[in-house]
Amino acid sequence: MTAHGAANGTADIEFIDVSKHFGAIAAVDHVDFAIARGSFMSFLGPSGCGKTTSLRLIAGFEQPTTGDVRIAGTSMVGVPAYRRPVNMVFQHYALFPHFNVADNIAYGLRQRRPRPDRAEIARQVDATLDLVRLPGFHARRVWELSGGQQQRVALARALINRPTVLLLDEPLAALDRKLRRDMQIELQNLQREVGITFVLVTHDQEEALSMSDTIAIMRDGRVIQIGSPRTLYDAPANRYVAGFVGESNFFPGEVVAADERGATLKTAAGVVLSAPYPPGGATLVGTARGVIAVRPEMVAMWVGPDDPDGAAEFSCRLGGRVHNRIYLGDQTEYSVATDQFGDVLVRAAKASALEIGPGQEVRLGWRQASGLALVDS
Amino acid sequence: MRGYAALIYVFLYAPILLIVVFSFNSGFSASDFKGVSFKWYAKAATNTFVIDAVVNSLIVAASSATLATVFGTMAALALQRVKGWVRTVFDGLIYVAIMVPGIVIGISTLIALVSVFGLLNTALVALIPALAGPEPPLALGFASLIAAHTLFNLALVIVIVRARIAGMDRSLIEASADLYATPWRTFRQVTLPQILPAVLAGFLLGFTFSLDDFVIAFFVAGSKTTLPIFVFSSIRRGVTPEINAIGTVVLAVSLILLFGSQLLLRRGHGRPRRA
Repeated sequence: MTAHGAANGTADIEFIDVSKHFGAIAAVDHVDFAIARGSFMSFLGPSGCGKTTSLRLIAGFEQPTTGDVRIAGTSMVGVPAYRRPVNMVFQHYALFPHFNVADNIAYGLRQRRPRPDRAEIARQVDATLDLVRLPGFHARRVWELSGGQQQRVALARALINRPTVLLLDEPLAALDRKLRRDMQIELQNLQREVGITFVLVTHDQEEALSMSDTIAIMRDGRVIQIGSPRTLYDAPANRYVAGFVGESNFFPGEVVAADERGATLKTAAGVVLSAPYPPGGATLVGTARGVIAVRPEMVAMWVGPDDPDGAAEFSCRLGGRVHNRIYLGDQTEYSVATDQFGDVLVRAAKASALEIGPGQEVRLGWRQASGLALVDS
Repeated sequence: MRGYAALIYVFLYAPILLIVVFSFNSGFSASDFKGVSFKWYAKAATNTFVIDAVVNSLIVAASSATLATVFGTMAALALQRVKGWVRTVFDGLIYVAIMVPGIVIGISTLIALVSVFGLLNTALVALIPALAGPEPPLALGFASLIAAHTLFNLALVIVIVRARIAGMDRSLIEASADLYATPWRTFRQVTLPQILPAVLAGFLLGFTFSLDDFVIAFFVAGSKTTLPIFVFSSIRRGVTPEINAIGTVVLAVSLILLFGSQLLLRRGHGRPRRA
């Protein structure tokens, strides 16, 4: 649409070297990304990482200090929130308390000029209430609704406008666990149904992993890594990402050898460990320190001699004592105290779990290839 | 303890109760109750001096409360956007304005208004020659009464509306902007309905204050007589049951307005606004 339109025509939102400063603090610090049309994108990170500010930059509640924010190829710098083709579901929903459900949902349509006629607005409100599965809720007062119902009204109020992009600011944080699971599935279905680009901000890794096509991991105002949930899990860019997406055992140490495929580290306890880099990961060549990450489900656990039949495949083996056990339903998580590494997390599928309880002496082992040599940051 | 508290209430309200009771006295004496009668109310209602004072008071109260509500609400909205020490100073100054003794406000507004009116009159006459005449366009009287009461009522309205805005969910305004409403429409459709109870309460309190104020009015009234000034000057000739009747009516009107403003403020806050 503009002279510097989207580099590729399929990006709905682009951040081009965007920074946002509040006083001396850079809430968003030189961020670049593009969100593909029709995709479900999440910003994941702890509070204060810049994810909400990024969302507010898209919505137009904040203007970037430097850089360019584009929606559907058009620069949005200087464009106020009320002229942007995006709608937001607020963390606490921000429903208008002086309007009933139908008037809340119709609010966006009523701001259009020319204003749609009454019959058209009523028809669309009906259709949207059906979409969010609240038929017949028109005349209800918003404060009479349950949290989940308010959430749906907030969704309907945004979706009725058919925005280019729907922004969701921790929309499920106020719901209880069961309802949150249901709404996650519903949001995903809804996104496929309406085909609108969804941008979600969350600090809940499980939520981001289960719903998104793409996740951007943020820290201190910067995007650390962008990728599919699978990429982030299998090939984290560094220790921070590996720790934020799923759980890992981390064994930091001094780099004693490194080539293009992997690295060997010597831990503080003097144990030497090797692991390959994740696909596309940074090499540790020329780096003093690194970390080897091993997912809890990659660690095998058995009772008995150090090297029973078949244990040879585990290049790293050690002994320890179980000091905690948590049932996770289909899996069981053990915390095993070891001399070399402190506590090591082990996750075993229910079927393979022996009757191992706290206090039991066990052996642990994992394949060298199951670990990931990562940048320690 | 309970008896002690009861004594305090007696001390506070017995004189007021006496005025109310004796306003219905059919006799003339303020100490000897002869029987129930409304004749002093009838007498007051037909007294042209009383009617004149009531009309003056209503004009001043309505004008100053309206002006203070409009400008006070605007100021409260603007103050909300100010941050840091500037806001602290302005908030402090507004409370000071309410705490300053009426006599000080009376003297200072009198002096200030006389000089401001002097300047304005010169300018007005120069701009609009038709205003020239024996009487200057702005003089002590309605203009000064309305100006002085507006100044005081401004502080009242700002404090009340500020409290309401501070309690309002900021994200409602963002939600409205997000749903394509221009700033003006956001104000009309979201902000104003949210703060309206406080705005109306501010108006009613300002109206009550202006209606009841004697100290400030006495300084700046010029030749105009408001109801409190009339009552004061009548009392110098002795307390009559007619004055009791006027006092009772003023009391009733004030209580109704105060009750109304409290009702508005409570209703505004009582509604569960958290989403």
